[in-house]
Amino acid sequence: MISPAPLRHREIFPVVGLDLERAGLVSTEVQRVLRRLGVEPEAVRRAGIVCFEGEMNMVLYTPGGRIILLVYDDRVELIFSDRGAGIPDVELARQPGYSTAPDWARELGFGSGMGIPNMEANSDHLEIRSRLGEGTVIRAVILRRKDETRSGSTHS
Amino acid sequence: MKLGAVAHTLRLEFLVDAAPDTEVRDGYVSDLLSDVLAHAEPGDLWLTHQRHLNVVAVGKLREVAGIVFVRGLRPNPEVIQKAREEGVNLLVSQDDAFHTAGKLHRLLFP
Ligand SMILES: Nc1ncnc2c1ncn2[C@@H]1O[C@H](COP(=O)(O)OP(=O)(O)OP(=O)(O)O)[C@@H](O)[C@H]1O
Ligand SMILES: [Mg+2]
Repeated sequence: MISPAPLRHREIFPVVGLDLERAGLVSTEVQRVLRRLGVEPEAVRRAGIVCFEGEMNMVLYTPGGRIILLVYDDRVELIFSDRGAGIPDVELARQPGYSTAPDWARELGFGSGMGIPNMEANSDHLEIRSRLGEGTVIRAVILRRKDETRSGSTHS
Repeated sequence: MKLGAVAHTLRLEFLVDAAPDTEVRDGYVSDLLSDVLAHAEPGDLWLTHQRHLNVVAVGKLREVAGIVFVRGLRPNPEVIQKAREEGVNLLVSQDDAFHTAGKLHRLLFP
């Protein structure tokens, strides 16, 4: 997706793998930054959910990585890149209900296999590139709609 | 109905009453975080057994009216502190999930 809209803000958030105590903090911070920049509430809401799911997957399944936030006049982009084992079958991972979450994570309420579907439902474009043994890069594009129509909040 | 009134009627104890005037529109019962993000609606009162830090993040992201820990379950002080910082209402019900949900349903949809 190429757009002439100028970049307004760029920020990088490190994510530490398996650090469940700190997990979820990036999404809170990203929402704070977006609000401060005057991004429309609907885009802030959707970006928060996309960020939380991407961050949680990084924490649960990889040793860590980083999240890059890019804010343009017409869209918000979140790029998640990790140094994990990679996703063997990306199409399968996109299916609602598919999960390899370990028991300890399921006990904490993870592992319904709804994370990636939630990322898709709350973004306008979701690209997943994964290499076994090297890691995964997920790019989510959230368009900023000035008319504030509600869309894509749920996956059904 | 306002959260404060719901809490009073159902005998829910406030752990964090960041905004007791919040309107409770409906309820949602789930222990799966991504399920809540996908299917709960803003203004729902969320009933759960989960009580770790991420619950506060999910409640805030989904803009629920409040989070109710059922069966008398209590989160640790760190979770309460986080909810206070983020302005998320936290409550405890002595009833189990089934009975808390039943009473809430009767109250909201008599
Ligand atoms: N960054 C990643 N690196 C490696 N594997 C991943 C990564 N993200 C997701 N996966 C794999 O994709 C599966 C599906 O992810 P998804 O987020 O949809 O569900 P989940 O994390 O298992 O459960 P939920 O998100 O509902 O708590 C995961 O169980 C995991 O096997
Ligand atoms: Mg997930």
